[in-house]
Amino acid sequence: MSVVASNLVWGVRRKRIVSDVSLSVAQGETLGLIGPNGSGKSSLLRLLAGLRRPQSGRVEISGQDISQIPRRALARQLAFVQQNAATDTNVSVRDVVRLGRTPHRSALSGWSAVDELAVASALERVDMTDRRAQPWQTLSGGERQRVHIARALAQSPRVMFLDEPTNHLDIHHQIEILRMVRDLDLTSIVALHDLNLAALFCDRIAVLQNGVLVACGRPAEVLTQSLLRDIFRVQAEVNNIDQTGRPHIRFKTG
Amino acid sequence: MTPSDETGSGAGWLALFLVLVLAVLAFAVALATAIGDYSIGLRTVTLAITNGLGLTGADIPPIEESVVWDLRLSRALVAALAGAGLAICGAILQALLRNALAEPFVLGVSAGASTGAVCVIVLGIGAGSLSLSAGAFAGAFAAFALVAILSNGATSGPNHTILAGVAASQLFNALTSYVVTTSGNAQQARDVMFWLLGSFGGVRWPDFQLLCAVVICGLAICLWMARALDAFTFGDEDAAALGVPVARIRLILFAVTAMMTATIVSMVGSIGFVGLVVPHAARHLVGPLHLRLLPACAAVGAVFMVLADIASRVIVAQQTIPIGVVTALVGVPFFAIILYRSRPQT
Repeated sequence: MSVVASNLVWGVRRKRIVSDVSLSVAQGETLGLIGPNGSGKSSLLRLLAGLRRPQSGRVEISGQDISQIPRRALARQLAFVQQNAATDTNVSVRDVVRLGRTPHRSALSGWSAVDELAVASALERVDMTDRRAQPWQTLSGGERQRVHIARALAQSPRVMFLDEPTNHLDIHHQIEILRMVRDLDLTSIVALHDLNLAALFCDRIAVLQNGVLVACGRPAEVLTQSLLRDIFRVQAEVNNIDQTGRPHIRFKTG
Repeated sequence: MTPSDETGSGAGWLALFLVLVLAVLAFAVALATAIGDYSIGLRTVTLAITNGLGLTGADIPPIEESVVWDLRLSRALVAALAGAGLAICGAILQALLRNALAEPFVLGVSAGASTGAVCVIVLGIGAGSLSLSAGAFAGAFAAFALVAILSNGATSGPNHTILAGVAASQLFNALTSYVVTTSGNAQQARDVMFWLLGSFGGVRWPDFQLLCAVVICGLAICLWMARALDAFTFGDEDAAALGVPVARIRLILFAVTAMMTATIVSMVGSIGFVGLVVPHAARHLVGPLHLRLLPACAAVGAVFMVLADIASRVIVAQQTIPIGVVTALVGVPFFAIILYRSRPQT
């Protein structure tokens, strides 16, 4: 399922946070969204997921304007994984993943075999089947993030948005989660801070600066020495180590 | 026994739990009807109730029958409904505001009701018990309207709504104090204090019918939205991402809880602590999913309130202690146990 955004504009009061962003993501593609702090990544992601209404411009999934789709119908097609979503409620892993079935159930419908299958396979996908009865509060950061992704998968979406899913995780879990997202048969858009991980796991990378889309393309085309200097204000050496076109960035201290 | 499972043994456990609690409730209501200045045997109570329902035609003294049916049973049932309603409201607000300290009065409803009641008692706007309830109800809704305006129709996030509720409570409490100190005499001040602490004295069948309709409708609407409430576990944005129409659900449920609370407060005063403690206790018993939590809250709240009403009449002979005092006296130690048991294991 493709995602096409055209001329998105959004802001609060007089401050413009996303200005005139247009991009398109093809079916099954993984797009990385990078940019310095405050560049508008999270806001853009929320506009694309329909959680905020753009002041102008529109988002289409498979050619349909998302502002015309009811909230619940939209949630059956696209899932959104927030960064560090937390709760004080004493819920189990399974309870959390079950929430993903919310858009598929009406007020009176029971728990169906389809629901059960979706939850079971989502738990399996993130390797948390054995821990399904464990209380949420006892999970580590990486496990919580995996459970959030399982919940998003239980929505049976065709598009997934992830806002910095690897924050606060160790390198093993960062790679594990991004590999999982890449291997999913979904169109996904991931906001990331780690440029090397973005280069490794994303099909294409979009770069935001002050709410403007300044570059979008394959990692090797986008992640250049001059872009890193101009946008991220770092001196770095970019090596294209192999034939896959995945660049490796080595930062210089001064 | 896995309270978090909605299917299989989980559902059986909930059913068993509800049957148990309802049996306890029936017994508590019978006890509440038997105990009083004029003590009546449980057998007579049962017969009087079945007579009243038209099931039996047993020959019992008409005075006893009248005391049971006309005075004490209506009172016990109103207590049960008030407890159920306050507990449901507490559970809903704790979920919507994502705050463990939320309770039915957090939206300023009880402060508004007391202002309305004081206007009737002290300033003598209207006269008689009906207009006391009407005054309290009007005050409660004025306070809720103020909170709704201050929090932009509850769209500005939980903390904003809570702050709006605090502001409204302060304003209406100040108005109450102002009216009492400037216009009230000592007797009126005492009346006001008793009213504020709550009392089931003087409630009759019409009160029961009204409260019954409001609480059952309220519970039905809340159960209808139980799944959406679960989706608020990780916050508003997360609920929206799960397809829940957040603003609409919020506004409807705030209005339903305000309506229930206002009805209860205007009838029996602001009885504290039930709406705060019972949801936490029920969550321990049946888990956090609202489809099971809400019925459990209703059942436990009803039992708690009936027992508190009994206690309020027997602790001091020949005198009824305000029900709000009892709920807090019983509730705090109970709450302390829950807090102690659920302390972080680190």
